[in-house]
Amino acid sequence: MTTTTKPDAVTAVPIENSLTAGRLPAPAPWIILGAAIGVGAAIFGVLALAGNEFNWGGAIIVGALLYIPSIWLFSMLVEGRRRAMDRLVTALVTGAFVLAMIPLISLTITVVTYGLARFDAEFFNSSMRNVTGEGGGALHAIVGTLLITGAAAVISIPIGLMTSIYLVEYGRGRLARGITFLVDVMTGIPSIVAGLFAYALFSIFLGPGTRTGIAGSVALAVLMIPVVVRSSEEMLRLVPNELREAAYALGVPKWLTIVKVVLPTSIAGITTGITLAVARVIGETAPLLIAAGFTASMNYNLFDGRMSSLPVFVYTQYANQGNPPEAYLDRAWAAALTLILIVMALNLIARLVARFFAPKFGR
Amino acid sequence: MSTTAAIKAKQRPGDRVFSGSAVFAGSMILVTLAAVAIFLIVQSIPAFFADSEDASILPANFWAYVGPLVFGTVWAATLALIMAIPVSIGIALFISHYAPRRLASVLGYIVDLLAAVPSVVFGLWGIGVLAPAVQPLYSWLVDNLGWFPLFGGPVSGTGRTILTAGIVLAVMVLPIMTAICREVFLQTPVLHEEAALALGATRWEMIRTAVLPFGRSGIISASVLGLGRALGETMAVAMVLSASGAVTFQLLTSVNPSTIAANIALSFPEAYGMNVNVLIATGLILFVVTFAVNAFARWIVSRRKEFSGAN
Amino acid sequence: MSKRIEVKDLNVYYSKFLAVEGVSLEIEPRSVTAFIGPSGCGKSTFLRTLNRMHEVIPGARVEGEVLIDGNNLYDADVDPVLVRRQVGMVFQRPNPFPTMSIKENVLAGVKLNNSRISKSDADELLEKSLRGANLWNEVKDRLDRPGSGLSGGQQQRLCIARAIAVSPEVILMDEPCSALDPISTLAIEDLIEEMKQQYTIVIVTHNMQQASRVSDKTAFFNIAGTGKPGNLIEYDDTTTIFSNPSVQATEDYVSGRFG
Repeated sequence: MTTTTKPDAVTAVPIENSLTAGRLPAPAPWIILGAAIGVGAAIFGVLALAGNEFNWGGAIIVGALLYIPSIWLFSMLVEGRRRAMDRLVTALVTGAFVLAMIPLISLTITVVTYGLARFDAEFFNSSMRNVTGEGGGALHAIVGTLLITGAAAVISIPIGLMTSIYLVEYGRGRLARGITFLVDVMTGIPSIVAGLFAYALFSIFLGPGTRTGIAGSVALAVLMIPVVVRSSEEMLRLVPNELREAAYALGVPKWLTIVKVVLPTSIAGITTGITLAVARVIGETAPLLIAAGFTASMNYNLFDGRMSSLPVFVYTQYANQGNPPEAYLDRAWAAALTLILIVMALNLIARLVARFFAPKFGR
Repeated sequence: MSTTAAIKAKQRPGDRVFSGSAVFAGSMILVTLAAVAIFLIVQSIPAFFADSEDASILPANFWAYVGPLVFGTVWAATLALIMAIPVSIGIALFISHYAPRRLASVLGYIVDLLAAVPSVVFGLWGIGVLAPAVQPLYSWLVDNLGWFPLFGGPVSGTGRTILTAGIVLAVMVLPIMTAICREVFLQTPVLHEEAALALGATRWEMIRTAVLPFGRSGIISASVLGLGRALGETMAVAMVLSASGAVTFQLLTSVNPSTIAANIALSFPEAYGMNVNVLIATGLILFVVTFAVNAFARWIVSRRKEFSGAN
Repeated sequence: MSKRIEVKDLNVYYSKFLAVEGVSLEIEPRSVTAFIGPSGCGKSTFLRTLNRMHEVIPGARVEGEVLIDGNNLYDADVDPVLVRRQVGMVFQRPNPFPTMSIKENVLAGVKLNNSRISKSDADELLEKSLRGANLWNEVKDRLDRPGSGLSGGQQQRLCIARAIAVSPEVILMDEPCSALDPISTLAIEDLIEEMKQQYTIVIVTHNMQQASRVSDKTAFFNIAGTGKPGNLIEYDDTTTIFSNPSVQATEDYVSGRFG
């Protein structure tokens, strides 16, 4: 509008920066993406005219699939082969991330919407005893989960923590190398094998077919110990050697150095690791199905009789649907929601502990 | 030379108790693992020589029973890996080299959330959401690409096929594989990356010349660890897969092989007598296979000492 | 309460590698002795054998005798923990315990040993140790704050206060100023000068001016080459070492011709 007043207007049009020549303008990828989704929508729109319901998911997926070759093509034409390849890989890599988000988002929405149907007071204050059809709750399973997981933690935390202390502070030579190797192996034990082990162990000593809460705890402990060892070991190794030396130089015996200097320094990290380990085993289904079994009634005794747990509750409600089936499925989803909330809470606690209680090394 | 290295420091009682219990705890790991192996073997031995008269679930002898299960286990895990490897490398690259720095840790945490979902919930989701969602795609594939050997019909009406199980498994092993790949990619020497960029390489060329060669062994060990997880995963497969025990490569039909772990979970609660031993024996075979796979993965990792390895 | 140290024909090994060979020297009570020498000559290794801190490193072992007031540190029944209560140590980098406050850091040696100490005794010991380390005036208002919040020089003096709180008789210092700025270094050197009245002090330093400023006697260590053991070349009064050494290598080193 005011080009005439420009003091340095040698030319009316400013010279383009030569370094930007031959590149797609910044908004181009977004325009192409929009167009691709538009085409996808058009395809499914035509299908919708033919009588099908309009499929939003399909439109977006087709659009995304169209975007990848078209950004490559446009870039090839404007920017050349090398840039086109770069654009293509950027699109693929971003696509991979978006792809992984689909199940996460879908799963969250599904669990919350289906789970809320029975996420009520009765669900949390009654068991399934004498319940067929609607009503009933998962109190017995929640109690069972807490007892079994708690017992598993009581077994595995001392063993796991002391083992990591052994590996970091004492371990030398063949035994330490062997234990490190076996911990690695244990990390890879399939959960169902841990369940079979606990079942076999208890049925040899207590007779075949024995299923108790404590057997489930043993199975979970087998899965939990290597996780605790690994994470605690990592945390103990983070404690600077200078602190140990400082304590030794004050004439503090080794075990007191470990208890009063090394452990307090790493306790936040260890707590985080243990919480994550609990979160990992609390959702295990297969070993508990095999070793602890399931029941419809309350059972507070780990050492006597079958004991339900939340994951097994989810599975049995789904697998043994009665009449009406919706009541069973709703209970399964509500239990799944409860389970996920517990796991998420544990994860959150773990992160908070790591963030707020970690010691400041001041350098 | 009054003294040598042979001097034993005087042990205080506290030290002795403490180091003793540390050694004890370490040895417990040895004992536990040995116990797992021994109990499984003891319970399995009768099953290896059993036939259909001893155990009602056996068609003929033990090996005819376990063969299709081993096939199904390996086939489902392979399908999962074929899908999970490229995606996890992509996610890891996205987080380590494409996403804005500040977002990177948040995105990593979001991917880790997938690992926090219990497998039984994945199973429910697979049946309730995924299988119905992919079923139309399956029937389209069978109608239009049925000539391709893997896509032969007739299409499954529920969508609960081995491919769906593979997809669920792929989602479940993504977090661990992504975490390992991401960690190696982040360890790429910045000097190598900058050298490539300074030569005028595009971001992809930098990744191809500096990041991927550096991360190769990490990618391999991530894949093998993912394989170990996929082989042993139980509940999601048990719930999603509608298995008939056949040996077939068809991906989309209602005739699917089962997996060892899923078969144990489905059959164990009702098993009795020798059938229990048969199932435990299949568990032993699973244990041996995953043991070998994990040992292989650790071996690859240990060849690269500087890689610290999330587990 | 300071003691005399005698070292007789000491060899230090790391597994099979001979790190320091054949060191014999005597350190007078209430004096400051400086160990100087090029990097890797074994002076820090040797220093650590004086309170058996080398045992912390796997595979390290010692042949020979270290006598403190005639008692051999390496006798069969000697408890290294008790040795270290008599022979304190200050490290290259300040290393206060990050989980503890300033007060707890100073009392760490007492508290960690599970000794019971009354509150008034503890307060007295706290003030005495912090005054001894010239830190009292700077921190007396924030004794409950974390020790890692102090500056580098203050942290190092906190570590010295922590070392003297267990009332040792000898204090070993392994390059205590190498991570500090010149002003903090000066504060530590002044402190060493005062502490000499009570303690036997042995200090390893790379800084020859520092050695000549603070020490009464100086020991010069050297190695013949990489992979060879370190040796004690010359041990004499500091003034002699720096003005009129008897060995050519010492003269070359202190005059800056090598190392």
